[in-house]
Amino acid sequence: MTDTTAEQTDTPDTATGFARFLAAFGLLRESWVGMIGLFLVSFWVLIAIFVDLLPLQDPLAQTRGAINLAMLTEDKTGVMHWMGTDDRGRDLLARLLHGSRVVLFWSTLATIVAYSVGMIMGVTAGYRGGWWDEIISFIGNVLLSFPQIVLLLVILTAFGPNSNIGVWMNTELGMDKSIVSGALIIVAITFSTAPQVARIVRGIVLDLKTRDYIAAAEVRGEGPLWIMLVELLPNARGPLIVDACLRLGYVIITIALLGFLSLGLPPPDPDWGKMISDGRQWGYNGLNMMLWPAIAISSLVLGLNLLADGLREISLRD
Amino acid sequence: MAAPDMNTPVLECNNVSISYYTRAGEIPAVVDFNLKVMPGEAVGIVGESGCGKSTVALAIMQYMGKNGDIVGGEIKFMGRDMRTMSEEELRDIRGSRISMVYQEPMASLNPSMLIREQLNEVLIYHEGISDEEASKRSIEMLDAVRLPDPERLMDSFPHQISGGQQQRVVIAMALLSKPQLLLLDEPTTALDVTVEAGVVELIKDISKRFGTSMIYISHNLGLILETCDKIAVMYSGEAVEFGTVNQVFDEMRHPYTRGLFNSIPLPGADRYSRPLVPIRGQLPLPHERPTGCNFGPRCDHFKDGVCNVKPLSMQDVTAHRGHQVRCERYLNIDWEAARPKAETATAANFGKTVLQVKNMQKYYEVHDRSLKALISGKASKFVKANEKLDFEAREAETVAIVGESGCGKSTFAKVMLGLETATGGEVILNGQEIGQISVHKRTPQMVGSMQMIFQNPFETLNPSHTVGSQISRVLRMFGVAKTKEEALEKTYNLLDMVKLPRDFAQRRPRQLSGGQKQRVGIARAFAGEAQVVVADEPVSALDVSVQAAVTGLLTDIQRERRTTMLFISHDLSVVRYLADRVVVMYLGQIMEQGNTDDIYSPPYHPYTEALLSAVPIADTSITKKHIVLEGELPSPMNPPSGCPFQTRCPRKIGSICETDLPDVKDLGNGHKIMCHLSEEDLRAMEPVIAMPSDKKKKSAASKSPGRTKAALAAASIATVPGTAAKAKPVAKKPAAKKPAAKKAAAKKPAAKKPAARKTGPERLKKARGKADDLKLISGVGPKLEQTLNKLGFWHFDQIGSWKKADIAIVDDELSFKGRIERDDWVKQARALARK
Repeated sequence: MTDTTAEQTDTPDTATGFARFLAAFGLLRESWVGMIGLFLVSFWVLIAIFVDLLPLQDPLAQTRGAINLAMLTEDKTGVMHWMGTDDRGRDLLARLLHGSRVVLFWSTLATIVAYSVGMIMGVTAGYRGGWWDEIISFIGNVLLSFPQIVLLLVILTAFGPNSNIGVWMNTELGMDKSIVSGALIIVAITFSTAPQVARIVRGIVLDLKTRDYIAAAEVRGEGPLWIMLVELLPNARGPLIVDACLRLGYVIITIALLGFLSLGLPPPDPDWGKMISDGRQWGYNGLNMMLWPAIAISSLVLGLNLLADGLREISLRD
Repeated sequence: MAAPDMNTPVLECNNVSISYYTRAGEIPAVVDFNLKVMPGEAVGIVGESGCGKSTVALAIMQYMGKNGDIVGGEIKFMGRDMRTMSEEELRDIRGSRISMVYQEPMASLNPSMLIREQLNEVLIYHEGISDEEASKRSIEMLDAVRLPDPERLMDSFPHQISGGQQQRVVIAMALLSKPQLLLLDEPTTALDVTVEAGVVELIKDISKRFGTSMIYISHNLGLILETCDKIAVMYSGEAVEFGTVNQVFDEMRHPYTRGLFNSIPLPGADRYSRPLVPIRGQLPLPHERPTGCNFGPRCDHFKDGVCNVKPLSMQDVTAHRGHQVRCERYLNIDWEAARPKAETATAANFGKTVLQVKNMQKYYEVHDRSLKALISGKASKFVKANEKLDFEAREAETVAIVGESGCGKSTFAKVMLGLETATGGEVILNGQEIGQISVHKRTPQMVGSMQMIFQNPFETLNPSHTVGSQISRVLRMFGVAKTKEEALEKTYNLLDMVKLPRDFAQRRPRQLSGGQKQRVGIARAFAGEAQVVVADEPVSALDVSVQAAVTGLLTDIQRERRTTMLFISHDLSVVRYLADRVVVMYLGQIMEQGNTDDIYSPPYHPYTEALLSAVPIADTSITKKHIVLEGELPSPMNPPSGCPFQTRCPRKIGSICETDLPDVKDLGNGHKIMCHLSEEDLRAMEPVIAMPSDKKKKSAASKSPGRTKAALAAASIATVPGTAAKAKPVAKKPAAKKPAAKKAAAKKPAAKKPAARKTGPERLKKARGKADDLKLISGVGPKLEQTLNKLGFWHFDQIGSWKKADIAIVDDELSFKGRIERDDWVKQARALARK
């Protein structure tokens, strides 16, 4: 019964949902900050989706004798390297653009997971109150009291692909190394982000639950699960969308940071943080290697922040 | 006008037009608005939400915000156009010569500043006086707005005092620098009825005592009648009618004004024989206003080619002086014709008892975690939200539960609906005990048979889901519809029932107006074949013209389905119109219950009496007593001992009220009163509200010749019946059969000086020929004029010849102090008599 009703609720939702998305886009056009953000973000999203169609070289192919080439130079075979090559003779442009797919995929996934956990924590604490609230808030506070970087390091070194557990997962469970570290990154980011999300959601829910429509749902005998997921959460989406934009930016930075500390995704997959770290060993000669991924990270994060600002701006108006 | 400076209007708005600039372009909020406020005059602006009344107030303050602008006309303050003033000058005027009082007192006071600082700031900024001087004047002013213990109050923070006191502080702040003009924007809307009555009394007094002109903005016609001399009715950004209160209330000349009056429940309206007549249609959005008359599409007298050609302008009503109306066809409308007939219906006959509440109690346990409580061992105490509720409701009956905030009516609703379980007693629905069963343990059928209509239309529907999905969800929860198709079919039927188009099922709540949302709320409540519907102030948040339509719909459905309705409300006018029986609650207890007619006529419980007198009634022919309760509502956390009402009761008989909870007296016919007053005393009470028909019988002799209606409010002032005096030692049988005067019962000293009156010069019982318009004397409003007439003063020369003795008599009859003003009356009257 619950399923079919939910379906019924959803059908008109999506119909008008798309229209509303278009309307929101129309509104966003009034905020030039938001438009710049949207441009930067969609640039990277489009690259990530269509990178296979672009005439790029193989990002993993190492060209002998074409190590640490500067930008706009051709190697001996006459292939143009627009951004130069790295210390293994791989084309930087190809790696950079392919890297966007990796970064965006894992950061979005991690944000979604962290958000789901955080929203469930927050809505439960907010709506149920009492002991639920006490316990959830306490757990959140404990997690938030760790320095974030320490928390990440502990999780990733203790359970990473090179740890006993990581090796066991790799060999016994047959999990790919990159999957293992990806999953771990998601877990680590969830631990550090979900409590923050939970706080925001709890605050919104505390306000929303005094509304008459919640009382109406209680009066008709709806269970708490229905009230939390169907009646409360959809109405919290406004501020959460803005926050999710910002949060995605932080997650991207975190993943880059982990890559830089060699705790991120395992080589040889291109990872912007790892690319910077690779260049760092070469000092001045590695500048070219560090410049491009750094620009990529900042442009994407800046885009997300500007987009969040724009969204907030238009949501405050009216 | 006598004095020369009395001739300059304090404020003059000439053809003012105000627009807001938004994404959708320029939106004309107010068009062609004219207003003249003379010194000492109180002008009311009445209208529904979105009609532009608050915009006018902001424009007068020249405080329009970023996107608003006065696009035409001029606003003159004391003869100077405010649009030419510099920002500096405006700042000087705001708060010192023009002050404003807003709706929400807590929002007008800074929560982190002492009241002393906030009050002194006004004087120090505008007058540059010392802190001590300012404090002295602030204390005087707090005293003037009748706040108890002003010195202590000065050192309080706003949250430490009650809402009524906060609003008095805001009014005191506004009056501090003796402004010429006071703007009041719905100043009592956020207050309880009995508290409101006190603030209204104060506001009425202000212009008399301080000579301040007032602009009173409200949606409540009754309040305007009580406070103002003149009134402007606004509709959709235009003033549609302007005139004195009596002109507009008794001889309105605009169809919208008449529609408004037809759609508010006045005493005498009856839901069966004389139902309310709603105004059809909706207020047009500012950018969708029609050509010509804005009210045209909703008007019964609309004529194509006349009303929709060109923008209308205000024109003088030929027969009345100073009465203006924006209507092309007002001369062609038969104003004496009987009000439009709404469908009448026969009274329902009530069936078996559906709901029984027996001694129901609901206590909340409150934990006090302070160290003090821990030491004294009183760590937890009980708040008695409901104590011994005892009543029943029959099929098809409407039982109203009336009370102010904190009286426990919402707690009671929660127990009914199973959101809370009762601490003691029984709630029996159809022979089944439900008071102890929470909603999750009730069967779908039980849940469906007890449903609720909520107060706030903007919160009653979940904004994230479509109307249809919300109704069909209810249908399936209650097992009324099994399949998707069936649910859709029944949803359509329900939408038909509440007279909404079927395609509303696909709409989202934000695409609906307030009235439409409330209709969906009604449909949802009746979806599960409800037997009992709890309606928590279902129309109080709606506009007047919409209220009538929703109320009518609700009662129609209820009658048709023979549903029992528990109607929770604080509005006694609506209750009188709607309810078959009334339960009056105060601090968790039932003070009085009985059939509606019994409740609204004596004997009363003293609290009911005060409540009835506090409700503003928009009818000039109604006379009512003024009983202003002293003190504030006690907190339910810390209720008074004995009778809960004893702290504020004007009829308190002695210490027994403070020690013992009164027994419930059954006066027959199910009319029960919980009071220590004896049955004879209760029966000896006079009616609070006197209808014109009663009036005629009693005082046919004193009919005013100048009026079409015998609107003699005077009786209210002269004959407040006293009660057994405070100092009666033998409480149980008050010796005084004849009522003695009591000060606290009313602000007006009662008729305790019949001797003094005789010594006055012989006065005319009737006017010699045509009576003079005493309202031309500054400071005399319609009510005071009636009082004076009652005393036998009909002509200017009579007042002009007043001696000291006369002034003393008049002072006895009027509610305020201040000799100067009365002397001023004499001067003015002499000048007017010479003319």
